[in-house]
Order: sequence, then C-alpha cells, then structure tokens
Amino acid sequence: MILYLLCFLLFLIGLYGVITRRNVIKIVIGLVFMEFSVFLLLVLVGYVEGAEAPILDETIISGPFVDPLPQAMVLTAIVIGLASNAMLLAIAIRLYKKYGTFDIRKINELKG
Amino acid sequence: MSQLIPLFVIIPLVAAFLIPIIGKFLDGFQKVLTSIAFLGLSVLTVYFLCAGPGEPLLYAVGGWEPVRGIPIAIYLVADGLSIFMLMITNVVGFLVSIYSISYLKRFTAQNNFFALLCLMMGGMNGVVLSGDLFNLFVFMEIAVIASYALVAFGIEKQELEASFKYQVLGGIASVLILFGVTMLYWKTKTLNIADAGNILRSSQDRSFVIFTQLFLITGFGLKAALIPFHAWLPDAHSSAPSPISAMLSGVLIKAIGIYAIIRLFFNMFTLSDEMAVTITALGAVSMVLGSFLAMYQWDIKRMLAFSSISQVGYIVTGVGMGMIILARNGDHRVAALAISGGLFHMINHAAFKGLLFLNAGAIEHETHTRNMKSLGGLSRSMPITASTSMGASLAISGIPPFNGFFSKLIIIIAAIQGKFYLLAALAVLISIITLAYFMKFQKYTFFNKPGARDRKKIKEVPFAMCFSMIVLAVLCLGLSLLIFPGIREVVLDPAVRVIMNASEYAPSITGL
Repeated sequence: MILYLLCFLLFLIGLYGVITRRNVIKIVIGLVFMEFSVFLLLVLVGYVEGAEAPILDETIISGPFVDPLPQAMVLTAIVIGLASNAMLLAIAIRLYKKYGTFDIRKINELKG
Repeated sequence: MSQLIPLFVIIPLVAAFLIPIIGKFLDGFQKVLTSIAFLGLSVLTVYFLCAGPGEPLLYAVGGWEPVRGIPIAIYLVADGLSIFMLMITNVVGFLVSIYSISYLKRFTAQNNFFALLCLMMGGMNGVVLSGDLFNLFVFMEIAVIASYALVAFGIEKQELEASFKYQVLGGIASVLILFGVTMLYWKTKTLNIADAGNILRSSQDRSFVIFTQLFLITGFGLKAALIPFHAWLPDAHSSAPSPISAMLSGVLIKAIGIYAIIRLFFNMFTLSDEMAVTITALGAVSMVLGSFLAMYQWDIKRMLAFSSISQVGYIVTGVGMGMIILARNGDHRVAALAISGGLFHMINHAAFKGLLFLNAGAIEHETHTRNMKSLGGLSRSMPITASTSMGASLAISGIPPFNGFFSKLIIIIAAIQGKFYLLAALAVLISIITLAYFMKFQKYTFFNKPGARDRKKIKEVPFAMCFSMIVLAVLCLGLSLLIFPGIREVVLDPAVRVIMNASEYAPSITGL
C-alpha cells in the first residue's frame, strides 16, 4: 500500500511542478515526474508478492509468476516518453534562442 | 481481404522511413511518394467501403491464435466505424499532400515535413484500426509527437510557443490516458478492447468504472479540445503551416479524440447515464463558447480554430444525445438519428474546415498576412480561393444545399424528437452565430475595398493548391448526397450500426 501512496505522491509532485513553476525546464521536469509515476504504477500492477520471473524450464514448472505484460508495456511507454521529452527539450532550447529567457511569463506572444 | 488491413499502418510508416534517406539524393521524391502513398490508401478505403458491411475484419499481428477464447494477439479491427474514419483521414491527407507540394516552396527541410506528415498519418490510421488499448495509446503518441514537431515547423517565436503549450497539455493528456489504460489492465487483466468489454460488462464495480472513465474522458477530451480543455487548440492550429492546420483541425482531433471516446464509451464500457450526460454537456458547452470566442477574432486562422471547437461540439452533442437515449432505453430510431447526425457532421467538418484552412493558407501565401483588417478585395485577384471559401463558409454555417445544412438539420431534428429542446435551440442559435462570423470573414477578406497595400502583385495560387481546394469544395456539395438512402447505406450506416449495437462489438471480435 505504501508503494502506491508514494507513487501517487510522485504524481502530485510532478503536477505541482507543472502548475507552479515558471521555468520552462522545470515544467518539463514536472511532466517527466508525472510520466514516471504512471510507469511505476504500471510496474506495480504486474508485481505479485513472492512470485518468480515467468521463465519456464525443468526446475520451475508451476507456482505464482509475476505478470510480464506490464513490463513489456512499461518499456514501450518509456521509449515513447523519451521521444516526447526529447521533443519538449528541443523546443525549450529553441525557445531560449528566440526569447533569451526560460521564464514563461516573458514567453507570451500568443493569447491562448 | 483482412490481410490488407496492416497496409494502412505500414505504408505511411515505410514512406516516413524512406523519405529522409532517398529524398536527400532524389529531388522531388518526397512529394511524389507521399502523394502516391496517400492516394493508394484512399483507393484502398473506397474498396473496403464498397466491399460492403458485414462481419468486422480482423487481423492478428504475428498470427497468434486465441487461447481458450482469450485473444492474445494484437488485433487490428476494421469495422464500419473504423473504415468510415479511415476514409476521412486518408482522403483529407491525400488532398493536403497535393496542396503541400506548392505551399512548401518557401520552406526549407521539405523532407522532414513530408516524413512527419506520413508519420502522423500512420499514427492516426493505427489509432483508428487498433483493437487494443495499449496500441491505441502507442499509435496516438506517434501521431501527436509528429504533430508537435509539425506545429513548430516554422521555428519562429509564435510557432515555438504554441508547440510548447501544446506539448505540455498533450503530455498531461497522455499521462492521464496511460493511467486509465493501466487501471483497466489492473481490473480486467486484458488489453483487448473486446475482451475488456466482456469482462467489464459482467463486473459490478461501478465506482472503479466511473473513476477510470473520468480519467479517460479528461485525457481524450484534452486531445479533442473540448472546452474546458481547449486552451492549446487556437494557438497550435493557427501557428502550424496551413496544410497541417487542415490536418489537425480536419482529422487529428477527430481521429484521436472523438473516435477514441466513441469507441471506448460505446463499445467497451457499458453505457451509463452519468457519462452520457457528461459527454453531451461537454459537447454543448464547446459548441456555444467556441462560437462566441470565434466572433471576436481578427486573425483568420485563429477564428477558424475557435470555430473548430464549436463544430466539434456539434459532433459530440449529436453522438452524446444518442448515448443518453440508448442509456435510458429510449427510442432507438431517435438515437440512431442523433448518432448518424453526429457522424455526418464529422465527415462534413473534415471537408469544409480542411478547405477553409487551405483557403487561409492560400491567402497567407499570396498576401503574407492573416489579419482580416489589412485584407480586402481579394475576390477579383483570387477568384478560385474566393469562390471555394464562399462555398465552405456557406457549408459550415448551414445553408442549403451544402452538406453542413443537412447534418445540422439531422442533429436538430434528433434533439427535438428526443425532447432535448434546449440543445435544439442552442444548435439553431449557434448556427446563426456561425453564419455571422463567417460573413464577417467573407466581407473583410474578399469583398471590402482593397487595403492600402499594393494589390497588383496578388494573383491566384499555383495549380496544385487550386486542385485541392476545388476537390474539397466539390466534396462540400457532393457530401449532401449522403442524405439519400442509397448512398447513406454504403457510407454512413455501417458506422452507425457499430455504435448502435454497442454490446455486439465484443462478442463479434472474441467470437471470431
């Protein structure tokens, strides 16, 4: 239970960062926190207390196995997260080159 | 025939891979390959459409057979709704790729543009075909990451800011959707939409289902830019290059937002009254506020972007009304009418909003401004742009005999028959307001006296751009034919049937 609560705490920290920070890079870090809290939850979903890795050979035939599917999913999700974070940081660098600042209060050409 | 389904994903992805490699050495390769690929896919969708409805087509990736009735492969499912969406995405994509050939002359890095366009297309086709929750997420991310890059394609101040805003909100939406998928997997221990639907139907855990539904509706609502989640759309859609705006507004928000909502909430979850009312309310609020916000815009593309929010509201309201009636076990004929109105408006909106953004691109291409106040008198120097945009403006504001009139009429009739009198009144009112701001657009852009600028140099845009605009304008008129039963049965009815017989989706997939 404590693990799930910590996972939720990580999500809240990320959300807090995205909402309150004014620095572009810190907003990106907040988003990464949120993403990784969900990845952690995904791994926790597949975890079974006291179970073994699902590799079948002669010695291990039956018994509780951990769920391997969330692990495959989380790897895919991490790769996707890598792509979107790289995209975000590339845009952040370009923003810095154009505006000369990371402060989002000064990056306000559009009205929203 | 089901062996052809993966082509919709493979062809754009292979094209996106080949363009940066071969396009570097072969000039013009990127344009030819993209256009041919999208044309081929459009022809393939028409073939699927004409082959007629029937059992949903199924393709198991890797050829894994179900074990004890449990599907373990990744399924690509092409049923009526999927084919309907594929038709919208591929036809608009083809016309946009033709338009881009001329429009992109003043940009560098054309290879990157066409590669990203192909990638976005592959992602959208994947979302529409995927029969699996996690792959829906993966394909959605492919499409949106490509669209983030395309919004920032101009790399000027505004484009970068819009792209950053879009990415932060899009990132939050992706996190929420992934969380929803995780929760569903936790509960049902399956990722297959049909299989999960079977399990959710037999479970009694209402609070869990509502909790997950709220996360999914927030995530997909952000992607579809329903109001309160709309903040990124006017910036992103107005900053992107015009052909991309046409793709984003015409196709992307429907394929990854509305389609996903329809598929998950009708075919996977059991219909519930609360969720149906929530979805309809979101749609109605978007419909009203989007058009009021659009009235005050002087930037052509911002006005069109706000109008997209409003028109998407029509679609969601139409489908949502059908959902309420079905959830309350009301008259099924009225529900079918409301849903077919929503879907009809979806295909119409792809045609006229795509055309309007292409018109805005043509105006920007010639005059280098998007501000209506500094434009005027373009009807003489750009006759094709003027006449096609007049057609699109009449269509979007619901003037007969254009397609927008019929879809709005169907939605309004369904609202009256279903006793949603407030929604019917709002739909009529918003239609009038839409007419008002599109007449403003027409007057200031095409009919006022020419502005102070030098008007001599402005001439009609090149052939490739005209071609796309004319084809879309013909579609705006031609789609009215969907009102006739013979054509409607081929195009619209299979999709409506999938939504109406929502509970038959799961058995028909797992039973195969």
